[in-house]
Amino acid sequence: MKRLLADRFSEKFLYVWVILSGLILILMMGALFYRSLPILKLQPLTTLIFSQAWHPSRGEFGFLAFIVGSLWVTTVAMLIAVPICLLTSIYLVEYSSKMLREIISPFIDILAGIPSVVYGIWGILIVVPFIRIYLAPLCGTSSSGYSVLAGGIVLAIMIFPVIIHISMEVFKTVPYELKAASLALGATKWQTVKHVVMRRAMPGIVAAMVLGLSRAFGESIAVLMVVGNLARIPKSVFSPAYPLPALIANNYGEMFSIPKYDSALLFAALLLLLVVLYFNIISRMILSGIKWSNYYYA
Amino acid sequence: MHKHAIEEIIYKALMIASCLIVTGVLFLILGTIVFKGLPYLNWSMITQAPQSGYYLGHEGGILNSILGSLYLTGGATVLAFMMSLPVTLYLNVYAKKNSRLVYLVRFAFDVMWGIPSIVYGAFGFMLMLFFGIKASLLAGIITVAFLILPIMTRSMDEVVRMIPQPLLEASYALGATRLQTALKVVVRQALPGISTAVLISFGRGIGDAASLIFTAGFTDSLPTSLFQPVATLPLAIFLQFSSPIVQVQGRAYAAALILTIIILVISIVARFLTKQFTRNIVR
Repeated sequence: MKRLLADRFSEKFLYVWVILSGLILILMMGALFYRSLPILKLQPLTTLIFSQAWHPSRGEFGFLAFIVGSLWVTTVAMLIAVPICLLTSIYLVEYSSKMLREIISPFIDILAGIPSVVYGIWGILIVVPFIRIYLAPLCGTSSSGYSVLAGGIVLAIMIFPVIIHISMEVFKTVPYELKAASLALGATKWQTVKHVVMRRAMPGIVAAMVLGLSRAFGESIAVLMVVGNLARIPKSVFSPAYPLPALIANNYGEMFSIPKYDSALLFAALLLLLVVLYFNIISRMILSGIKWSNYYYA
Repeated sequence: MHKHAIEEIIYKALMIASCLIVTGVLFLILGTIVFKGLPYLNWSMITQAPQSGYYLGHEGGILNSILGSLYLTGGATVLAFMMSLPVTLYLNVYAKKNSRLVYLVRFAFDVMWGIPSIVYGAFGFMLMLFFGIKASLLAGIITVAFLILPIMTRSMDEVVRMIPQPLLEASYALGATRLQTALKVVVRQALPGISTAVLISFGRGIGDAASLIFTAGFTDSLPTSLFQPVATLPLAIFLQFSSPIVQVQGRAYAAALILTIIILVISIVARFLTKQFTRNIVR
């Protein structure tokens, strides 16, 4: 009897535990929203988002430069990461031997484990000088190296593991029969990949890219170390930028010395959370859809 | 040569080049850190706390940050484990298979996995303000626990899910309750996966800086109390790196090397554990 009671009790207890854990997300959003209310009362949302005027001491909080900075850095990162990651994961899934795949996948795991500070230091030591000394003069401009491009390159490398890992999983779900049919019709391997595998895996690839994108969008420490942190809309990839996460991470010290500044920074965090949440929800929905459709197929 | 054959060769070359870039970058990063950090790595770095004038290049080490990071992440891992093991067991043993609740909770954790660590930092900071505690080891532990909770839960969940259903049914058939089955069959069976999940989360937590900026503070003394600020490796690297003094910058590289080694060791141990434990597991 005692163990049956324990069983009953544990079920109720665990149920509460599960509900609590699910509520964390809502609690987070609620708390951030509550904390950003003062700034939302001070200025309308449109001014906050579309104004460039960033003068916290005068009570002007326009986030446009930071939002555009985030978009620039993320776009550059995606342009670099997506082709490399897709080609890598296609090669590992469709072409390479099992042995090569087993050698390379721990490397990708390690890449995922490297802390962002280390990425930042590496960016300053290698990427920044490379841009200043070689790349910028090559393109006929000068740059301090601390730029959108440096941020983009570092971010691209940081999201390699995410995109490669998920797109490999997606490529693996493409049924063998589909590929066999294509190959039997005389298509070359690459044609099969291009017309059959890619088409079949497209939603999953999109999901992988979106997850990588949201990871890049939210990264703070590594980016703030290499991106220059200048609150102005960047003119080219060689000019500095100031993405949202870097803004939050950089200003914790003076947060309480200027009125409403803390609220503004937490509003930035809320903005970040909402954007990332939106991207994540989309891609997770796509990914769980794929799982189901392949169950039906099999 | 036929056009398709040429296309095949070009793309294959591109693919191999991409693989080389991905692995090459890893070795470039590791190489840079080892090359820069090794000359500054010495015994006093890991056995001493910063002495007076440490940030001007005088004697001392980063024992405060190493211990701080280990305590903080250790505490956070324990806290997250206390939350994620029950959740995992509920999802896989108690709840109805494929019920809406199970789907929703998994989805919520997947989404939480994607939330940037700086947002967790901001959240931890708000909790701190709410409960009236200052930047301290405790605040850091709580924040990092939130950060690694989704990682730990989802990786545990993926392992526990793989346990064959007949094994559970056999346990029920012998008259065991769900609680007994969960603790004595499921946990035992999934132990390798559970320990890997714990190690992965620990590795992720120890490397994170953004969530700690607001919550853990920084100090030169060794961690002694839950309610005192604590030094952590990522922040020690970050702070020392911004110093103009060459010697101090060098120590930042050495600290980065130490942190990277810790993380590499953890990931190797995790892999090894998985291999070791899976030998005695019913498949």
